[in-house]
Amino acid sequence: MSYSDFVRQYLTVAIFGGLAVGMVGLILGVGRILRPDRPQEQKYITYESGVDPVGIGWSQSQIRYYVFALLFVIFDVEAVFIFPWATRLETYGVFGLVEMGIFIVILALGLVYAWRKNVLKWV
Amino acid sequence: MSALWSILAQVPPGGVISPAPEPVAPPGGPLPLPTPSVEWEALAPLIILMAGALLLLTITSLVKRKLHGFYAAYTIAVAVAAMVAVLPVWARVQGWPRLLWIDLTHDDGTGPFSTVGGAVGVDGFMLFVTVVICGAVIVGALLANDYLRREDLDGPELYVLMLLSAAGGVIMAMANDLIVLFLGLETLSIAVYVLAAMHRRRIQSQEAGLKYFVLGSFASAFFLYGIAMVFGATGSTNLIGIKDFMAEVVPVENGLLLLGLVFLLVGFGFKVAAVPFHAWSPDVYDGSPAPVVAYMAGAVKAAAFAGLARVFMVTFSNYANDWKPVIWALAILSMLGGAMLGAVQHNVKRILAYSSINNAGFILVAVAAADEVGVQAVLFYLAAYTFMVAGAFAVVTVVDRRGENRHELSDYRGLAHTNPVLALVFTIFLLAQAGVPFTAGFFAKFYAVTAAVNAGAWWLALVALLAAVVAAFLYLRIVAVMYMAGDEHGAVEVPAGPRIRVPVGGWLALAVCFVVTVGVGIVPSPLLDAAGEARPALVASPDAVTGPAAAASTGP
Repeated sequence: MSYSDFVRQYLTVAIFGGLAVGMVGLILGVGRILRPDRPQEQKYITYESGVDPVGIGWSQSQIRYYVFALLFVIFDVEAVFIFPWATRLETYGVFGLVEMGIFIVILALGLVYAWRKNVLKWV
Repeated sequence: MSALWSILAQVPPGGVISPAPEPVAPPGGPLPLPTPSVEWEALAPLIILMAGALLLLTITSLVKRKLHGFYAAYTIAVAVAAMVAVLPVWARVQGWPRLLWIDLTHDDGTGPFSTVGGAVGVDGFMLFVTVVICGAVIVGALLANDYLRREDLDGPELYVLMLLSAAGGVIMAMANDLIVLFLGLETLSIAVYVLAAMHRRRIQSQEAGLKYFVLGSFASAFFLYGIAMVFGATGSTNLIGIKDFMAEVVPVENGLLLLGLVFLLVGFGFKVAAVPFHAWSPDVYDGSPAPVVAYMAGAVKAAAFAGLARVFMVTFSNYANDWKPVIWALAILSMLGGAMLGAVQHNVKRILAYSSINNAGFILVAVAAADEVGVQAVLFYLAAYTFMVAGAFAVVTVVDRRGENRHELSDYRGLAHTNPVLALVFTIFLLAQAGVPFTAGFFAKFYAVTAAVNAGAWWLALVALLAAVVAAFLYLRIVAVMYMAGDEHGAVEVPAGPRIRVPVGGWLALAVCFVVTVGVGIVPSPLLDAAGEARPALVASPDAVTGPAAAASTGP
């Protein structure tokens, strides 16, 4: 495959991108023409599960959630790698088993550290 | 749907697209995946650093009590163990028949080799850089012990991160694959970002960490994009594969490859703080805890230059005519820019940051030589510089006392009267960075300039000499303040501050750096020989399981 062929393949990407933009524009445009337009004050309020919104959207959230978010990442990453690995475990053999064991142990050490630092308690 | 597929695949409707033959599984079960063979003893230095860090984290999280002093001692022990683990590998790579009483005749021969399916190269180059990084860890740990206790921040985290980032640096030095190189870069960087923000109560430290993180991630993105482009141009991320590809194929249009090289240079340029990618370095050096800077200034530079040397000086050596002018520009800008911008600073940490930019320029001069002499000069410079700069920041650590806010030039006034030894040692470290004879810095600069002259870039050598003269002002300014009692206008007699108590760890760190700086300055040949023997080598893996080299050579 020559160099210019390689670049030309990106034409597909450009066409795909143009199509995506055009499609969204078309759908929104058609909707704009067809739908009735009766503005009301209530319609502009943020919808919060049927509850009237209180305060502004930029209010601060608890710093405690941040630690839980970080801990979530540990397990999330673990899951992302373990699922594909588990389906092919037989092919990987003992090597794969040991590798994943090391990976899980390292992540578990992070959890032990978090636990001993009292991060898991809701203060 | 099948009609659509057949149109797309341009086969007549009703035609059958035969599926690709499935690999037939043996009766015993599915095919086992071929796994690369691993030379564990060659990876021992890396594994010791990594496992040491994790073990320290585990021990300290299980033992609730603060173990003052244990963390630093443990870290130093791990770094020394990693250095010792380098020895047998070095002996094997250099083809020594025996090391002390141990017989070293290997079944699979001697000399540099690559392992883990060609992803990791084991050669003298990587081992040399490993020792340099471990040296930086030792000095950093010695300083951090007193610093953390002084600031009421004692804990294992700094040491764990230091060991992990050192492991990342070692990965960078041994990487034979651009992806592995990136992995090492990130391991090194992420740990150092956190280290920069290690002083929890100091707002400048937080700022330094955030600034380093944001700009560093940006540079990493450039680096990754460069890898993608090089892969697009050569069909491999493996350095051996790339080298093989370039030996066989001369592409008509190499714009993609050149663009990839530029992006890689941006990534490296950021890590080594070369002008114009230097803007982060004064702020980060100023804000980070001083022991962290003592470690980082040497180790991060060493790792980044190791990666730069392996990718550009070794792999892309046949493109040297294309990337050399860029390195020249970076070198000149860094040398002159560092010297001039540093001259107007009033904060000693910032002055030293600009000095490190200036020194990065000198190392780039050696990089621009793009031959074996150049690699030797780079390694010599890195080893010498690591200890000079660590020594200088050791003095900064001691002088700033509790609270870490005595970094102005005026805080060093009269230091020679209150602490004559400290002032003398600091003077030697500063003069070493300026390149005064009888210090390691002189030979480091000498060999860098010699490499440039050998490669025919005598004008670059001239600029380097000029920059060295300008940069000398930076260092002499600090020296003058320490030895003179009056203020900058010389009129008023300013009383010198109280005598500073130097802790034992501080003395030890200073002693290590002093011995290396002056020792190498008087007898440079052992280090020079070691740097000369530490040749980087790209050796194809005997069991190319992943086969990037084979795939690339049969490529387009």
